[in-house]
Amino acid sequence: VKAAAMTSSDALARLDAMLLIRAYEEQLAATTSARQPGTCTSVGQEACAVGVVGALGANDRMLTNHRSAGHLLARGADPERLFAEVLGRATGYCGGHAGSLHISARELGVVLTSTIVGGGLSLAPGVALAQKRGAQPEGITAVFFGDGAACQGIFHEAVNLAVTWRLPLLFVCENNQWQAYVHRRETMPGEHVADWVQGHGLAAEVVDGNDAEAVHAAATHTVAALRADGRPRLLELTTYRQRGHFEPDDQAYVCATEHAQWLARDPIQRQAQRLRLPADELAGRRDAAGRRIAQAYTAALAAPWPQQA
Amino acid sequence: MQQTSEQALTAALHRAMAADERVIFIGEGVATKNPELLAAFGAERVRNTPLAEASIVGCAVGAAAMGLRPVVDLLFSPFLMLAMDALVNSAGKLGPLSGGQFEFPLVLLARTGAGWAIGGQHNHNLEAMFVHTPGLQVLMPSTPADTAGLLAGALAQPRPTLLFSDIGLAHDTGDVQGDELLLPGRAAVRRRGDAVTLVGYGKTVNHCLAAAQALQADGLGAEVIDLRSLKPLDTATVLASVRKTGRLLCVTEASGLCGLAAELCAVVAEQAFAPLKAAPQRLTGPDAPALASWPLEQAAVPQPEQIAARVRALMNTQP
Repeated sequence: VKAAAMTSSDALARLDAMLLIRAYEEQLAATTSARQPGTCTSVGQEACAVGVVGALGANDRMLTNHRSAGHLLARGADPERLFAEVLGRATGYCGGHAGSLHISARELGVVLTSTIVGGGLSLAPGVALAQKRGAQPEGITAVFFGDGAACQGIFHEAVNLAVTWRLPLLFVCENNQWQAYVHRRETMPGEHVADWVQGHGLAAEVVDGNDAEAVHAAATHTVAALRADGRPRLLELTTYRQRGHFEPDDQAYVCATEHAQWLARDPIQRQAQRLRLPADELAGRRDAAGRRIAQAYTAALAAPWPQQA
Repeated sequence: MQQTSEQALTAALHRAMAADERVIFIGEGVATKNPELLAAFGAERVRNTPLAEASIVGCAVGAAAMGLRPVVDLLFSPFLMLAMDALVNSAGKLGPLSGGQFEFPLVLLARTGAGWAIGGQHNHNLEAMFVHTPGLQVLMPSTPADTAGLLAGALAQPRPTLLFSDIGLAHDTGDVQGDELLLPGRAAVRRRGDAVTLVGYGKTVNHCLAAAQALQADGLGAEVIDLRSLKPLDTATVLASVRKTGRLLCVTEASGLCGLAAELCAVVAEQAFAPLKAAPQRLTGPDAPALASWPLEQAAVPQPEQIAARVRALMNTQP
């Protein structure tokens, strides 16, 4: 009974974390303008961020990508400082120098964000190598990338190096079906990236990426196994990019049927159903997240621009 | 002691690894070819890699940002083309883009230049490409002592650095003390003269010195500057010399368009126009891949006779 109660409160916390990410992304999507550069949102992929990041420890490091807000918020980033970064303000995590596409926050262990598709895959083995040799050898590195980056040659080079050098590196592939403006079916054989790495000797698991509890359970046991033997692993999270590649985007190129099928599997709705949350309580939690985000956005808008060097 | 550049470099690396355990050495065959480093520092710090430059350099960039000081042997400069994302987009940009959260103290070693007749996919003087890239240091010494000194200097500064070795100088030996430390950004005046300033780097320094010797017979004193460091670029030393001589000839093995010679001519025209007695000049390699046949490879490099001939023509030019 106690374990079940614990799980329920953790699941509720994951719901709130997803609501915060959703509200953050919708705020940016709603206010895109010339002075607020467009962003790549992670709407629909919140369960991946919340489930995996929640399984990492304080000494672990993570590399995100251009679709980074979910990973950062799940790691505890301050929404006001994230907005400030996107808006190019001095109070952002990178002093406003990164914009929305290269946000890193070293204080949170979110390092070396590259917006080049596959850029993080090139750097992650070195981060893991430094960890293995450094002050916190028990720490692991998680690198988040998509099915698009998996089609880059560097993916296979990074996997080969991680396996050969036995680096403590968790590859997290959010297979969100879209590679910029092209559907994954046009660019890769088969359904899953996980199938490709068997020849590399990399242990891999495919998980429903729209189920926060399933993602968290898989990430927890995978991280534990990785920490125990120091060998890299791959988690492939099957999910869907609900919004366009880059805001604003009318998504005229998207198959309506497939889109509707995935909206019906929305990770936030599923988590609320799992928790048997009454509609008004879900609405209340959504409003709370929205208020926090609105306050953060207003505060970030008032923040100063960076000084010119 | 007399050493080749390669010997001086390996000895300098040995000292750096002994002094600082953050220094690691990775690359294609570095453990195989350096058994003494492997014995001294172990397989964790001296690592053979796959023949996969994108991931070798990416790994070094990631490790550097997290506190290690990787030295990477990439063998030949054209192989850098396979590592451009990690080098240019990550190491060169993510420091400033992150608001200064990360530094990238790493050194990439690469060989280039005529002298081994190995053709354009192993010999390509593409230094200027990286000079044009934000955030990188670019070094190309002409002596064993400077090679050792610049490796130590590059490791002392937390910047991503390319250290090019000229294949044509590989068999030359020079006096090395064994404690060299040369911070990037300082050219060396190899010969004093007051009639003309000759500027080169790598093997063209020696070609300029040979030309200066021939010109001395004509009674012309040529000053010869060895850039050594292409970025940061020591324009002060070049400007001071040109203000004295009034004439500039830049000599590079690299092709001329948008190259180091063009840059120095522009700097001199902008900042030392008044003392000029003739228009600044370039003598460079062709805008073409290096061909493998020995005489064709040599023909693509400015030779001492050509340098001397250009100087004689320059002396007869009126502004």
